[in-house]
Amino acid sequence: MTWEPVIGLEIHVQLATSSKIFSGAPTTYGAPPNTQACAVDLGLPGVLPVVNGRAIELAILFGLAIEAEIAPYSVFARKNYFYPDLPKGYQISQYEMPIVGLGRFEIRLANGQRKFIRVRRAHLEEDAGKSVHDAYPGLSGIDLNRTGTPLLEVVSEPDLASAAEAVTFMRGMHALVKFLGVSDGNMQEGSFRCDANVSIRRRGTNILGTRTEIKNLNSFRFVERAINYEIERQTEVLETGGKITQETRLYDPDKDETRPMRSKEDAHDYRYFPDPDLLPIVITEADLVAARAALPELPAQKIARYLTEYALNQDDAEALISERGIAAYFETLVMESGDPRLAANWVTGEVFAAVNRARIEFSRVPVSARELAKLLVRIGDNTVSRSIAKQVFEAMWSEGGTADQIIADRGLKQVTDDGEISALINSVIAESPEQVAQFRAGKEKVFSYFVGQIMKKSKGKASPQQVNTLLLEKLNEQT
Amino acid sequence: MLDEAEVQVIARLARIGINDDESPTLTLQLSRILALVAEMNKVDTERVEPLAHPLELVARRRPDVVTETDQRATMQQTAPATHDGYYLVPRVIE
Repeated sequence: MTWEPVIGLEIHVQLATSSKIFSGAPTTYGAPPNTQACAVDLGLPGVLPVVNGRAIELAILFGLAIEAEIAPYSVFARKNYFYPDLPKGYQISQYEMPIVGLGRFEIRLANGQRKFIRVRRAHLEEDAGKSVHDAYPGLSGIDLNRTGTPLLEVVSEPDLASAAEAVTFMRGMHALVKFLGVSDGNMQEGSFRCDANVSIRRRGTNILGTRTEIKNLNSFRFVERAINYEIERQTEVLETGGKITQETRLYDPDKDETRPMRSKEDAHDYRYFPDPDLLPIVITEADLVAARAALPELPAQKIARYLTEYALNQDDAEALISERGIAAYFETLVMESGDPRLAANWVTGEVFAAVNRARIEFSRVPVSARELAKLLVRIGDNTVSRSIAKQVFEAMWSEGGTADQIIADRGLKQVTDDGEISALINSVIAESPEQVAQFRAGKEKVFSYFVGQIMKKSKGKASPQQVNTLLLEKLNEQT
Repeated sequence: MLDEAEVQVIARLARIGINDDESPTLTLQLSRILALVAEMNKVDTERVEPLAHPLELVARRRPDVVTETDQRATMQQTAPATHDGYYLVPRVIE
């Protein structure tokens, strides 16, 4: 019996605002407990929430990026439940009229095929606080700093057919919100987390099976493992004649399993209703015009352009758009150096390697794209060879300075004078009678020995192409 | 018509404690309210736009500016128990 998984994701994206969604309290991460929770966040009597305009703008920006309908009129609703980290007894969310309607997002599958994943909706809501269960015996500690932090909950249709597809979609969404500046996407700090709805059905049928919801997955790896575990568990239950219970489950990374989370008596019944404290949001044509103007070229569009305009391969293109800052750096480099392939090789090669060695964010790369471009120009006009250019780059990285200055100061200019190179070749040939004999006897491998010796004598500065040509001439001459 | 078990569920969702004496009366009263709602449901609303808010106004948007300072000391004066800046509550575990 073959089973087909049906998976949908709900992704909670923390919006990159300075203040909360309904109050002027700060959203900074890591402040001492309860120092960023004001009267509105605490839900004290008599307070009135007022919506943060920036949160609305960011939601629209995201909506446009997934080609979604932006609702001209949307409404906040109260989602009612009791928990100590939710002081009002309800969460302000959106229910019937979310700000972002049906959209779609393209993912690239492992086999290279493309697939559109539909996004059913994305709505604005406030985050709850944080409970600490292990610090006080018999008690829970409550920190309400996170209360009221703006979230955009993105709900996909159940279009994902495997754990791997789900992770690809989640990664794509993560890159997109970071790219747009809608969220910092910091998963350790909870800025991007995900619930997965999983069910399975017999292959070839259209009827959906009973689903379970796995809550609060905060890493790509856990999403993949939790979904795979759940698929296996459901398969086993169904194949042994059991039934799936619709329930919420939690993933335990230590045991690599999911477990039921809430007891049945707390079955969800949120009794949503429109929040009378908040007036409807109306999105005007002016809002949309402003959002369209703020919309950058999207990752998918950049990839397509890099492939056609710059003739890059898919992997390089993807690496270059993984962050907006990297794409901007690369594009400046292309513009200033005029050589897209060389620019791509350098960013994905030398620059990425140096970033990893230094363990820094890409935004902190000390060599600007403009300065690196000047070095690439020097490779192009044969002033330096590619391997010498690496030395120059390392010097620019660690000590600063311009490429030309370093090349001049250290005498790294490539030797391109035929006479000079011939002299080097002659001396190496004279010193290596044994290898010359071997070469003449047909052992062509020793050719690289000669090249190595010549490059060493020139301190790496001899033009490798010229060395190759001239050396071959000389060795053949003497036979 | 509601039954008493349903009323118990509703009470629990609202965290309202009701005792067995009150239960029949409340069940009757709530059922009457629902009967009234059922009566209203008969009205043809086909051409009526759903109303999200009684005021015909639009949300005013607040600029994204931090205006609040740390008021923890004041806020925690009314809390029954606090420690190291946390509010303490009877243990809740999922």
